Amino acid sequence: MLYREVGEFKTSYAQDSHTFPIKFDRYRYYFVIIVGLLFIPFIINDYWANAVFLPFLIYAIAALGLNILTGYCGQVSLGTGGFMAVGAYASYKFMTAFPDLNIFFVIILSGFVTAFVGTLFGLPSLRIKGFYLAVATLAAQFFLIWLFNKVGWFYNYSATGMITAPSRSVGSFFITGSESTPAAKYLFCFLFVFLLAWIARNLTRGKIGRSWMAIRDMDIAAEIIGVNPLIAKLSAFAISSFYVGVAGALFFSVYLGAVEPTEAFSIQKSFIVLFMVIIGGLGSIFGSFAGAAFMVLLPVALKNLLVLQFGWSVDIAAHFEFIIIGGLIIFFLIVEPHGLAQLWNLLKQKLRIWPFPY
Amino acid sequence: MNFKKTIFSALATLFLVSPVLAELVFPSLSYRTGPYGPNGIPFADGYEDYFTLLNERDGGLGGEPIRVVKCETAYNTEKGVECYESTKGEGSLVYQPLSTGITYQLIPKSAADSIPILSSGYGRTSGRNGKVFKWVFNFPGTYWDAASIATKHAMDMSGGSLEGKKIALVYHNSAYGKEPIRTLEALSEKHKFELSLLPVDHPGQEQKSQWLQIRRERPDYIFMWGWGVMNSVAIQEAANIRFPMENFIGVWWSGSENDVLPAGEAAHGYKSLAMHAPGDNFPVYDDMRKYVIDKGLGAGDGSNVGTVLYSRGMYAAIMATEAAKTAQKIHGVSKITPTMMRDGLENLEMSEEKMAAIGIAGFSPTFKATCENHGGQGSAAIQQWDAKKGTWSFITEYMNSDASVIEPLILADSSQYAAENNIKERCN
Repeated sequence: MLYREVGEFKTSYAQDSHTFPIKFDRYRYYFVIIVGLLFIPFIINDYWANAVFLPFLIYAIAALGLNILTGYCGQVSLGTGGFMAVGAYASYKFMTAFPDLNIFFVIILSGFVTAFVGTLFGLPSLRIKGFYLAVATLAAQFFLIWLFNKVGWFYNYSATGMITAPSRSVGSFFITGSESTPAAKYLFCFLFVFLLAWIARNLTRGKIGRSWMAIRDMDIAAEIIGVNPLIAKLSAFAISSFYVGVAGALFFSVYLGAVEPTEAFSIQKSFIVLFMVIIGGLGSIFGSFAGAAFMVLLPVALKNLLVLQFGWSVDIAAHFEFIIIGGLIIFFLIVEPHGLAQLWNLLKQKLRIWPFPY
Repeated sequence: MNFKKTIFSALATLFLVSPVLAELVFPSLSYRTGPYGPNGIPFADGYEDYFTLLNERDGGLGGEPIRVVKCETAYNTEKGVECYESTKGEGSLVYQPLSTGITYQLIPKSAADSIPILSSGYGRTSGRNGKVFKWVFNFPGTYWDAASIATKHAMDMSGGSLEGKKIALVYHNSAYGKEPIRTLEALSEKHKFELSLLPVDHPGQEQKSQWLQIRRERPDYIFMWGWGVMNSVAIQEAANIRFPMENFIGVWWSGSENDVLPAGEAAHGYKSLAMHAPGDNFPVYDDMRKYVIDKGLGAGDGSNVGTVLYSRGMYAAIMATEAAKTAQKIHGVSKITPTMMRDGLENLEMSEEKMAAIGIAGFSPTFKATCENHGGQGSAAIQQWDAKKGTWSFITEYMNSDASVIEPLILADSSQYAAENNIKERCN
């Protein structure tokens, strides 16, 4: 009824190429942006920021990045944790070496550093494919973490090898460090998520995104019709790593404030982000968000449900969390192997013809 | 309909935390799951049981009942942050996360929220400098004290000098394991021994290459900064290469029953540092059994009562509650706030008389915290494992660390932190 194409007349090319062609979708999108931008910052507190929104937004960026590489370009990567570490350590080095540099540019620059490193580790993708590439990126993961443990320069020779984010602000609002407010941190991350998701959406439906998808679907055919695999694959690695690097920089500087490489950016991180992309939906912007929400918010929600509502003891609840989330992952992948994004699409298809399905 | 309502209200409160009640709240950020669970469980049991004991026997602290808020961290920093944020609103008086990584996260946060952290024998060593770290306490000893005392013991064993000797440090490759390196480097210069560093990655099951290297290098002593499964694997590996166990010294986190029992007879003679006495031969344990365990009020299944880590958890709770008592005395109110709790920690004195009154006479070293010194006097003893009897026992008195090495290091590290974070020194 509400959700339909009928009656929407596109009178210009700009209207025709809307990201959200259906009015209802478009308004929903505006609604989310307005709530996120104008409503949440006023009610957010430390708990909501640090336990719910910041991890969700930051993992969403990482999932977007990996989705560009794996979902759109078809290059499997297990190096996400390592690349996040590159972003984190780059931001630490920038923050301590240039104390006057605005944190916004620190994050962007860290993204570029990661893009460069990602491109280097993307070079093997020109020769190897599939599982073999996954192993090559796995090497990146282990090498980078080893490097950040081994070379003192990266952590400014601190006694424990931990890096700690100094206080940095945008204008008079502290974003990192102990004086930062939850609203400022949230808005800062929200801004990055908004910009990066917008860019990702437009990249993936433009020329470069089409060349990625051509490579993903059949690289030989793509090459024959004139897609340059070198440019397509390396650009996917570079842009994906940029996203992951920004996520890593935010993860360290805004969210946690202090990290050590082995724990914060272990192979576990790579898997979690990969699961987000697979559960959310490969090759879907919405899927990156859905996957991040599933993997980040669900455990917190479950914990609060089991411990605070049902009064279970914390360890039993923690064990049940694993069981329930594992079960849900299996359930969703059986019901819809293409992820939550595909479920969402099916729902929309049904809504379009509701209440008179044919 | 009713069912639907319940579901809706449940969903609405999913992310919310419960309301504040008029009690003394001690959060227990424990880990009973994950790879470090076997060590986290006895500690958490001891920690939580001691509060239950106070509630059951004395009706709380100074007439105020104690409420323990539990949160599972799984030794994971992200979950630790979530736990901190979800429990701090309940009036939490002091945080004891039992994880160096989580402690590092909480140091700036707790200063902003004005809630003290007590990281007894772990966490950031330079937190000892109360001039910079107003909200951090780590008595009765720090990692750097431990490194110094272990070196001292090695020196005693080799007849007063370590010149030309080789010491290998097998450490958990994390902030925790890396803490002693700086001190050991300084000590190796001072005492002219050779130091080799052998990191073991989380969770520590895979140590073949490290022990191969030890076999090749043949160090005279091995120090270990391990936690969880890493400890027992290392002790087993040391036994496999027939390393003399009395030359193998673990930090106080590598010296519990869990660590030595898997290696069986082979672990006989293994040593570790200790910040409190092993065994359950203390009056407090009689009360604990009478009021808590036998009544079935224990936090765990009771199998850990009397083990080293159970005592460690109990000791952590004792220091916290004694600090709370001190705070109640200073401020003359029984319902203290976290800020008052901090004053209590800063003025905490653990004297022989006080320990005897609690029922732990001779259990731990005496110390007195001051505005400048949040780390106590830095003393620890060496305990040795007797595999035949299955007990730990002290083989030395409490020894003090080498302040001439540690003080400058603490000053350097804390002033670097102060400079990075624009902290003005207090206590002047």
